[in-house]
Amino acid sequence: MKYAILCYHAENVVCAWSKEHDDAVMAKLGAVQERRAKMGQLGPVARLMPTTAATTLRRDNEPAVVLDGPFAETKEQLLGFFVVDCPNLEEALAFTRELAEANPGGAYEVRPIGYFHDWSAAT
Amino acid sequence: MTDLAWLDAAVTSARPQAVAALMRYFRDLDRAEEAFQEASLRALKSWPENGPPRDPAAWLIMVGRNVAIDALRRESKSEALDDEDAVSDTDDAEGALVSRLDDAHYRDDILRLLFICCHPDLPSTQQIALALRVVSGLTVGEIARAFLVGEAAMEQRITRAKRRVAQAGVAFETPGAVERSERLGTVAAMIYLLFNEGYSASGGEAHLRLPLCEEAIRLARLLLRLFPSEPEMLGLTALLLFQHARSPARLDAAGAIVLLEDQDRATWRKDLIAEGEALLDKAMRHRRPGAYQIQAAIAALHDTAPSFDATDWVQIEGLYSGLEQLQPSPVVTLNRAVAASKVRGPEAALAMIEPLAGKLSGYFHFFGLKGALLLDLGRAEEARDAFNHAISLARTPQEAAHIRLHLDRIEKADRAKRKASGRAAKPQSVEK
Repeated sequence: MKYAILCYHAENVVCAWSKEHDDAVMAKLGAVQERRAKMGQLGPVARLMPTTAATTLRRDNEPAVVLDGPFAETKEQLLGFFVVDCPNLEEALAFTRELAEANPGGAYEVRPIGYFHDWSAAT
Repeated sequence: MTDLAWLDAAVTSARPQAVAALMRYFRDLDRAEEAFQEASLRALKSWPENGPPRDPAAWLIMVGRNVAIDALRRESKSEALDDEDAVSDTDDAEGALVSRLDDAHYRDDILRLLFICCHPDLPSTQQIALALRVVSGLTVGEIARAFLVGEAAMEQRITRAKRRVAQAGVAFETPGAVERSERLGTVAAMIYLLFNEGYSASGGEAHLRLPLCEEAIRLARLLLRLFPSEPEMLGLTALLLFQHARSPARLDAAGAIVLLEDQDRATWRKDLIAEGEALLDKAMRHRRPGAYQIQAAIAALHDTAPSFDATDWVQIEGLYSGLEQLQPSPVVTLNRAVAASKVRGPEAALAMIEPLAGKLSGYFHFFGLKGALLLDLGRAEEARDAFNHAISLARTPQEAAHIRLHLDRIEKADRAKRKASGRAAKPQSVEK
C-alpha cells in the first residue's frame, strides 16, 4: 500500500528557526529518509514553501475564483495532491483550472515546493 | 529543540498577536506589555506541566487579560476600598471583553500595534526600537547592542517614544479600507528601515546587527499572512528575501563589504531566492505595480543571474526607469545610471548623473560612481578628485577602504607610467 505522510507544524515557529537549526533538522530527517529509501520504500519527499507563497483556487462559485493565501477552511478534507513542474504560477494555475473543470466543487491550493527529492527515481 | 526552547519559540511567535489583543482591551501599551509578561511567566510554569495549549496566542491573551483585570481590581480597591461601583464596572467590562476575543480582530490588532510604533512623530530609529521592543519582544539590552548604544540610553529612548505615542492617541475602531492601506504602507516602510539597519552593517558589528534582517523578514511574513493579497506586501517580503539571500557572501573574513560583482554566488541562499520568486510571481498577477515590487524584480534579476557580467542589465535599467516614474529620486536615477553604464557604456551613464551633482553633493555613492565612470573613460585626474570627495563622505571605514582601493590603482598606474617614461629617459635610475 502507498501512504502519503503529511507533515504539520506551526509555520511562524519553523520560519523563525535559524539557518543552522533548520539545517540540523533537515540533516536528521535526511538520515531517517535514507534508511527507508535503502529498504526501497520511500518515494518523493517535498518540503513546501510557507503558506504566504500559496494561492487557492475555489470552485464553489462560477467562475472559479483565485485567492491569495492557503486553503483555510475546516469543512473540507484533503483528498489528494498533484506535483507539477511549471515555468510559473500562471501555468500552474492553468493546469489547476483544468483539474477543477474535470472535478467540480471544492478547492485547490497551489503551493510552491521548496525542497524536493524523489528517492524512488534516485535508486 | 529542547522543551524550553520550544516554549520560548512559541511565546515569541505568539507575542505580536497577544500584545496586540491586550493592547485593544486595555488601550495602554505598558499595561498590555505587563499583562503579556505575566502571562509568559505563567506559561513557563504551566506549559511544561500540562503540555502546550493548542493555541498559544489565545492562551496568553486569556491569561494576560485575567491577570491585568485582577491588577486593575486591586488598584481600584486600594484607591477606594468601599466603592462597590468601581468593582461592578470592571465586572461589566470583563463581560464585554470576552465577547471581543475574536479571530477577526487579530489582523487589525497587529497592524494597529505596529502602526502605533511607527507614529510619524517619532524619528525612524525610535520607530524601529519601539517595534523591536513591543512587537518583537527583544530586550532593551539586545536592542541597545544592535544599535551600538548604551543600554541606559536605549531605555530612555524607548520610554520617550512610548510617552510620545501615548500622547498622540490612535483610533481603536476598526479602520476603513483607505486607512488600513495607509497604515500598511507606513508599517511596510518601517520594516524596510529595520531590514536596512541590519543590512548596512559591516565589520565587527555585522553579527550583532544581522539579526535585525531576520526580524524584519519575520515581521514582513507576519503581515503578509494577515494581508495575503497586498501586492506591495508580497513585493516587500520578496525584496527582503532576495537581499538577505546574498548575506553569506556580502562580507569577507575581515568584515569588509564584498561588492556584488565579486561575491561568491554559490553561497547565496537558494531557498530564500526561490521563495522570493514565488512571492513576486504572486504579486505580478495583481497587475498593480509598486515600488517594492519593482525593487524586488531588480533584486530577482541580480539573484538569478549566473554571473555579474551575465546580468540582464537591459531589463534592470528598464525597471529602474519604471521606479523613477513611480518614485522620482536622484538616488534611483543614480542606480539606473549604474545599469545604463553596463548597457550603453560609461559616457552615457556619466551624462545621466551629471545633472544630479547639486542634489547628491553630500552622497558618498554619487562620487564613488562618478569616479568609477571617469576611470573607465581614462580620465584619471578627474576620477581621483571624485574618489577623494567620496572618501570624505564615507560613513564607515569599509566604504572608505573600498574607495582607497581605486585610488591605489590610479596611483599604481601613475607610478608605472612615470617609471616607464623615466626609464626611457634615464634607464639607469630604477627606483627600489
